[in-house]
This record gives sequence, structure tokens and C-alpha cells, in this order.
Amino acid sequence: MRLVVLVKGVPEPTGDLRLDLADHTLVRADSGVDPLGLHALEAALRLREAGGGTVTALTAGPAPAASVLRHALAMGTDRAVHVSDPALHGACAPQTSAVLAAALRRVGFDLVLCGAASADGQLGVMAALLGERLGVPHLSGLRTLAVAGTTVTGERQTEEGRWDLAADLPAVVSTWVLPDRPRRRTVAGIRSAAATPITTWTLADLGVDPSTVGLAAATSRVLSAGRPVRTTGRTGDPAELVRFLADRALV
Amino acid sequence: MAEVLVLAELTGDGEPTRGTLEALTAARVLGEPVAVLLGAAHPAADRLARYGAARVLVAGSADPAVDLAAHLVGPAVDVLARLVADRAPAAVVVPGSAAGREVAGRLAVRTGSGFLTDVVGFAPDGTATQLAPGGTTVVQARVTCGTPVHAWRAASLTPVPAPVATVVEQVLVEPSPAREARVLARVVERSAGRPALADAAVVVAVGRGVTGAAEFALVEQLADALGAAIGASRAAVDAGFCPPSCLVGQSGTRVAPRLYVAVGISGAAQHWSGVRSAQTVVAVNSDPDAPVFALADFGVVGDLATVVPELTAQVTARRG
Repeated sequence: MRLVVLVKGVPEPTGDLRLDLADHTLVRADSGVDPLGLHALEAALRLREAGGGTVTALTAGPAPAASVLRHALAMGTDRAVHVSDPALHGACAPQTSAVLAAALRRVGFDLVLCGAASADGQLGVMAALLGERLGVPHLSGLRTLAVAGTTVTGERQTEEGRWDLAADLPAVVSTWVLPDRPRRRTVAGIRSAAATPITTWTLADLGVDPSTVGLAAATSRVLSAGRPVRTTGRTGDPAELVRFLADRALV
Repeated sequence: MAEVLVLAELTGDGEPTRGTLEALTAARVLGEPVAVLLGAAHPAADRLARYGAARVLVAGSADPAVDLAAHLVGPAVDVLARLVADRAPAAVVVPGSAAGREVAGRLAVRTGSGFLTDVVGFAPDGTATQLAPGGTTVVQARVTCGTPVHAWRAASLTPVPAPVATVVEQVLVEPSPAREARVLARVVERSAGRPALADAAVVVAVGRGVTGAAEFALVEQLADALGAAIGASRAAVDAGFCPPSCLVGQSGTRVAPRLYVAVGISGAAQHWSGVRSAQTVVAVNSDPDAPVFALADFGVVGDLATVVPELTAQVTARRG
């Protein structure tokens, strides 16, 4: 089975998500790997261990994103593909999905896996966009995942409980935290990852016109940005808290 | 006046969700709301009319054996794409549940449009106010091509009735089963005896700071004293205190209670994105440097095992 996992660099979870004041794009001080992507990667590695096949890690982003691929290789990924092009700066979600879909077609896949929502954008729609672009089913927001023969099944986490989903391969799945924790990288894994070549593709390599991707051609635009407003910062003891709540008619 | 298509989502009881009524309320700024409903005709049409839907388009298959609910979001995309082509609406607004956001994204791709999520308001010129990225910043944004698709962020306003006489029309849609995941079952999971998280007036949420079953039991007592639903951060679900359906934040479950009590929660952005719509937020944490104290209206620094029972006693005494 050809398994492809989308991995992504994100800012540290404790850090602020900031928008650039000049062009209102997200400031990309990426220093971590998106955690849900690692859960998807663990699931792919286990599927390979159970049924054979290959696992390819795929990311799109500026040059430092390669470190995310090194992490994936150190965990046991067979191959890593990096789509890197200056034209990607400021790409909106529909554009990003078009680029990733082009890369996925070129890699070849039976099952694509990704995190259900990235720690930065949190749109939670990439699996659905890729399903739409590739014309295959998406099983998104899963908390369990199983593949039997050519059928993929899983429990989708919903606001009310769960939906049990099934589809025939090829398919795209996105996962929340799954029961199996992502494995740690071994020293041997880190060594062999450092020696594994990463395939790098530009938009031209994928047959994507750079003028259709990026900030200037984005399908939506941020006009201005402010800060959320909350009255914050009072502290006190439990008795003071209950008086505060009583003043607001909350107890 | 231009039409605005509003996708109606229904609860298990066949009632429009709060997010649907909010979307209908907000969409009036952009044009005349037209509600789109999947499945057989519904008594829900009356409720949709009460909130301003001048038309209710009921989408179903010509083949009575076909159940649109048996496929994940695809049929909603199919019918909205057709209606966008046929009716040229000014915009499409969908309730921003996990499924709604996916409908919005796929519809935008299929119709060559842009889409925005976490939208909390509209201006008459089509500019949207949204919370992005990840609910951290209030921004003004616009879709720059095609028919704008907006995923409304639930719990961002109070639905306002605007009764109109409504026309119910049937629309035919044929799903493409080969391209869609099959929904085999829909299961509601909720802690018995407590209100549902999504529409609770009070939510007590637990996080990493709750380190044992005994401490969790204390939090449950506080929740019951407040008549609250129980929510959880990712860490508390992983620790096994709550089922995944208690997750608040990045799981897509967003809460909008009058009161949100965060117990042992650090305040990471992934969790906080689901809490921003709460009216009053209070935090209890033993770490005085936890970011949650900068996000809460009122904080108590202290050991949970001491502070939580004290709060429960005080609340119970007031309830008398």
C-alpha cells in the first residue's frame, strides 16, 4: 500500500500566533512539527508494518520545512518530498490544496493521511479539500483508523459523539489523537534520516502556474487585523471569586 | 434583493441548530436568506421562516431509496454547487461545525471561489469579521473571487427572529457514492445527567493540572453545584478522565456558555480557540505563571484539591 502523510511545521504551541503587519500573513517562526501530523504518521507506519508498502512524508513550505521531513524520516518514513517555491508565500487554503493535490498525484497514493487540524491555522478542512480535488472519499476527524483489504474505516469525532465512517481506497483520512502514541526517534533513525536525500519539487515541477498561487492570487484576503478584546487579569481567593460571580448573576 | 444561501443543520430532534439560526440572523446583512435543507420536508421549515428564511429549498433524491445522510458532507456540497450555478446568490453561509466547515471548503474549491471560516459578522459590502488564525485575532477579510462562502462561527451572536412568509421548494440532488465516505452510524455520546457541552450555560473544564481520579471527582462536584457541563482539554481526555466528546478547542467543539470555569488548564491556543465566545471566564490553576490567567476575567491561584472544594461549598451555600 502506498501511504502518504502530510506533515507540517508550526510555531511552538506556547508561542503566539501573530500576523505580519505588512501583508497580514501568519508569521512563520516554525520551530515544531504539527503534533496531529505525527499521529497520522504513526498510524501510517503501523499500517506499513501490518500490511507492507511504503510511507512517504510530504510537506509544502519554505526551506526550513525540510527539518519536519527529517523528523518524519527519523521515525521510519521511507521517502520525503518537499514542495518549496517562493510563490507559495501567503497561499490560501484552496491554493495550498491544489498544490498538495498535484504533488500527491505525482507521488502516487492509496491512502493519504494528515492531522485533522493544524496547530496554527486550525481550519480543519485540508483532508476535505484534497478529497474534493482528487475525486476520492475523505474520512476526516478520525479518532480511530483501520484498513482491511481495500476498505478504510474509522470513528469520526463530532460535536455530539461519533460517526462511524467507511470508504474504498484510494482515500484521504485526517486524524485527531489516535490510541497509539507517535514513536520517539532513535539515534540510528536520526543518523539514517540525515543521510536520506529529500526530493524537492518546485511549482514548475508539478505543472502548477506560479501566478495562480500565493498572496496576490489568493481567494481571500485579510484587510486589517486587531486583537481580541477581553477584560482579564483579576485574581483573588475562592470567596472573592464567588462574590465576583454573584455580582454577574452567575451563581 | 440578492439571495444568500444558508445551509440549515438540524439537531437529532429535527430542529435547526443554534448555529443555523445565528447564520440566518447574520446573513440578512448580505441579502435575503434562502435556507437549504437536506432530506425530506421538515417541520423545521417553520422555524427557519421565523428566523427570516424567505425560501426553504428542500434537497432530496428522486430515488426514495437513496439516503443523503448516508454520505459525509458530499451531498450538501453537490446541492449547494448546483444552487450557486442556478441562482447566483450573493454569498453562501454555512454553520461552522466540523462538517459545515468542510462543506464550505469543498464548495469553494468546486465553484472556484474563496471561503472564510470562523466568521462572526458581516458588513453590507460583503466584508467579513473573522477570528483568525485559530481564533486568536479579530480580522476583517474578504473573499476575492467567485461566490463568497462563509463558515459561521457558532455562539457569536444571539439569534434574532424576523418572521417571514416562506415558500418551500423541492430540489433534486443525486449523490456520487464512489467519491464519498459512507456514514454507517451516528452515535451520541454524552455524560448522563449533565447538559450537552455545545449549548450549556455553564461549562467546567479540566486540563493537565487535574492529576488523579480523586481530583476529577472534586471537579465533578463543582460542575454539579453549578449545573454545568464538563469539558476537557486534550491532556485530560488523554488521561482518560473524559470521553473525547468532552474535548473543547481544536477538536472543533466550541463552547459559548455564560460562564466557563477552567480548572488546571494552562490556556494553550489550541484549547482557547474553543473558549473565546464564553461571556465570563474564570481560571483555577496552581501555576501563577499559567497563560490562562492573562485570558481569564478572574483567576484563583492555588492547589486544586483545596480551591475546588472551597468553591463548591461557597456555590452550594449561595444556592441554599
